[in-house]
Amino acid sequence: MLNVRQIRNTAVFPLFALIAGCNSVVLNPSGDVALQQRDLLVRSTVLMLLIIVPVIALTVLFAWRYRASNQKAKYEPDWHHSTRLELVIWAAPLLIIICLGALTWLGTHLLDPYRPLERIARGTPVSSETKTLEVNVIALDWKWLFIYPEYGIATVNELAIPVNRPVSMHITASSVMNSLYIPELAGQVYAMPSMETRLHGVLNKPGVSQGFSANYSGAGFSGMRFTVRGVNDADFDKWVQEARAGEGNLTHEDYLQLAKPSENEPARRYARVDDKLYHDILNRCVAPGTMCMDHMMAHEHP
Amino acid sequence: MNTLFGRLSLDALPIHEPILVGTFIAVALAGLALLGTITYFRLWGYLWREWFTSIDHKKIGIMYMVLGIVMLLRGFADAVMMRIQQAIAFNGSEGYLTAHHYDQVFTAHGVIMIFFVAMPLVTGLMNYVVPLQIGARDVAFPFLNNFSFWMTVAGAVLVMSSLFVGEFARTGWLAYPPLSGLDFSPDVGVDYYIWSLQVAGIGTLLSGVNLLATIIKMRAPGLSLMKMPIFTWTALCTNVLIVAAFPVLTAVLALLSLDRYVGTNFFTNDLGGNPMMYVNLIWIWGHPEVYILILPLFGVFSEVTSTFSGKRLFGYSSMVYATVVITILSYLVWLHHFFTMGSGASVNSFFGITTMIISIPTGAKIFNWLFTMYRGRIRFELPMMWTVAFMITFVLGGMTGVLLAVPPADFVLHNSLFLVAHFHNVIIGGVLFGLFAGISYWFPKAFGFKLDPFWGKVSFWFWVVGFYFAFMPLYVLGLMGVTRRLRYFEDPSLQIWFVIAGFGALLIAIGIGAMLMQFYVSIRNRHALRDTTGDPWNGRTLEWSTSSPPPDYNFAFTPIVHDGDAWWDMKQRGYERPSSGFKPVLMPRNTGAGVILAALSAVMAFALIWQIWWLAGGSFVALLAGAIYHTFNYNREFHIPAEQVLRIESERTRILAAGN
Repeated sequence: MLNVRQIRNTAVFPLFALIAGCNSVVLNPSGDVALQQRDLLVRSTVLMLLIIVPVIALTVLFAWRYRASNQKAKYEPDWHHSTRLELVIWAAPLLIIICLGALTWLGTHLLDPYRPLERIARGTPVSSETKTLEVNVIALDWKWLFIYPEYGIATVNELAIPVNRPVSMHITASSVMNSLYIPELAGQVYAMPSMETRLHGVLNKPGVSQGFSANYSGAGFSGMRFTVRGVNDADFDKWVQEARAGEGNLTHEDYLQLAKPSENEPARRYARVDDKLYHDILNRCVAPGTMCMDHMMAHEHP
Repeated sequence: MNTLFGRLSLDALPIHEPILVGTFIAVALAGLALLGTITYFRLWGYLWREWFTSIDHKKIGIMYMVLGIVMLLRGFADAVMMRIQQAIAFNGSEGYLTAHHYDQVFTAHGVIMIFFVAMPLVTGLMNYVVPLQIGARDVAFPFLNNFSFWMTVAGAVLVMSSLFVGEFARTGWLAYPPLSGLDFSPDVGVDYYIWSLQVAGIGTLLSGVNLLATIIKMRAPGLSLMKMPIFTWTALCTNVLIVAAFPVLTAVLALLSLDRYVGTNFFTNDLGGNPMMYVNLIWIWGHPEVYILILPLFGVFSEVTSTFSGKRLFGYSSMVYATVVITILSYLVWLHHFFTMGSGASVNSFFGITTMIISIPTGAKIFNWLFTMYRGRIRFELPMMWTVAFMITFVLGGMTGVLLAVPPADFVLHNSLFLVAHFHNVIIGGVLFGLFAGISYWFPKAFGFKLDPFWGKVSFWFWVVGFYFAFMPLYVLGLMGVTRRLRYFEDPSLQIWFVIAGFGALLIAIGIGAMLMQFYVSIRNRHALRDTTGDPWNGRTLEWSTSSPPPDYNFAFTPIVHDGDAWWDMKQRGYERPSSGFKPVLMPRNTGAGVILAALSAVMAFALIWQIWWLAGGSFVALLAGAIYHTFNYNREFHIPAEQVLRIESERTRILAAGN
């Protein structure tokens, strides 16, 4: 396979170089999954350029060479078929697509957002003592709620992730469709009410970046951004302690308040969260007296 | 009051929105001026008799083109508003549009550009050209054709009226639930969306049935399928797609309206509803829709390349097979629009790879055009200029499209401005450039004079350069992780790219202005630009064998076809026009039923939007009664007498002789 770094260094693709220069997070992420997605993106592009560049060059060349005023060029008004040429023009794109299809099949399975990580970075496999960080993510109108079940805390519009520790997210939404996208971490996955999606990723460098909703969800959509903190283990523990020491419980009633539409919410932390809250949001039974969807289904199909 | 006016009240008029009030005043003044001019010159009778009630496929085709160009101005005005908003909404500024307004603007832009610009222009082109290319005198169902057109107009009128009465949807152009459901969009916006598309969709479906029947049943003797001009082939495939896909759109919008009107739960969050079902269904229509738009333009490029290279099309049969393969494959790719909704890796790979496979026949097409140019004598008239611009632009858009078909790449680019740049790259670079090529190619056929080349070239360069300025920055922004439909931004380093894109929009505006100027100048100089031959480009297909504009009956005698490129073949073999022995021609008679039924449909839709039940019920009954009444109209045909045919044809003989 093509070596991505070589390609970038020799600037075969000046556009990428140019964009990488202007803080393109998609082409320059730090997380291992996002990095692999970037590599696949660059490889696919280079593969396609193998045929795109000649086609553009031939278009310009033929347009110029066979212009009407150039009487020296050969003119064959009745030439319209060549089996050999037809074979080439079908086979050339076919070959490219076979290669690209293989890349796609492999890449899609390896980078399936539902698949638990097997490595933290190139050459660093996930070991048996690595403990994956679980985060439950809920898209609300118009802010993000993150619940850390392991620590019993929750945050709004702020996500802290220890570096080099795999994150496993369970994602849902309260009302309409959004898409959870943290470019430094990994590609996006939709957040949809009464459905759960999954995303796995890892941050490999400490630092602050941004996450946001990548699917229009109504009036407050533009402000649906949140801070992503990549922190080392010690800082993460400190961050959790701070959150725990802080004010505020997130009970079912508080959640119903929080879920009401609001825009540009500042970051906020909750020291304690009701254990069943995520389950009840997913199954749409936070409000008192509503039946949970999983119960309803059990009811209907005993 | 509620019984009388439903939800409609004075509050529905946006008098507190200065931009809308200004627009309304401008539109009202321009509209009054137009109506006044028509009245002053006493043109109402002429328009009604010769155009509105006409069932002549040529006039209907032209009316579709006019509708498309008028709506292009509206859709482009929305585009400019978005570009300005995004160029200035930085550093804490929220720009000049509220969310309520901006969200309507981007929804309306998408809906209008696809349904009321691209579709009418494509349908209009097919309507005009297909019967002429297959040697027919009209389409299979002439009245239906008129009705289809007016239904499309009715849909456009509904969208336009949402600008000044009430509001349009704030959901994005596909109106995904739950956002478009009653809980989150209780206002009339989504109802306007649903009913304008339902009304226009009936028009599109019927016109698809019509053209399909026309191509299958009404070809001239000898014109076997594998001798059909490529444009007719692509029109055939497109209409197959329309007939198969549009009922899905109708059904999914019907389900959504049931959710909204009678409280069903097809796409709601609760009680077993599933919004993803909507997303699946709408894209099962939506992806073929993309090919509905582009295929006929592939046909245009084939005709243009062959004509202006002075050569037979290279690889005719592989062109046909490529078109058919694309038609079939277009049904196997819809899921690539939502890789990011959590399908498994195998499902995603399957749809990613089927999507890529479409690029094989598409690539073969590009090569076929290339090798048609190869060893040709290329005349760079406007249609050919658009074609070369298309070939270069479209392969870029195709490449980014295949890139988006790689699911892991889509995870980082889905819904980003990269995606927006991609589909504008193929829709402007493919569909629109193709339409412009087609318009300048067939304009002399329709009106008897060529378009002014100077203003055409001005328009060409501003459009092409403007396109690159407007959309290349969006590719960059997409790679910088900027998502679409945002109203304001935090990162100031993004602003420069939006400013460049806004500059591109300005260039395109000049391009559109130059195009209007081109029409004006060409009409003014029509005598100098006159084409008396009927075959100004040394064409190859049957439409160039008639006069320009063609007589009402198209062909005095149905031509007999011996070869693909029938007209070229006839010219090669020294074809002589018959000058005697004409027979009376049986023609369909004009009728106002199409206008009336479509107007009733629009009234019914408006009543349903505002829940004015008595009016909805009344207009529905009137619609049924009108349709049934029309079936008792037995006076639908008349003969053009042989003497009149002789007169028209002799006049043409005289002009042709004078020209030589």
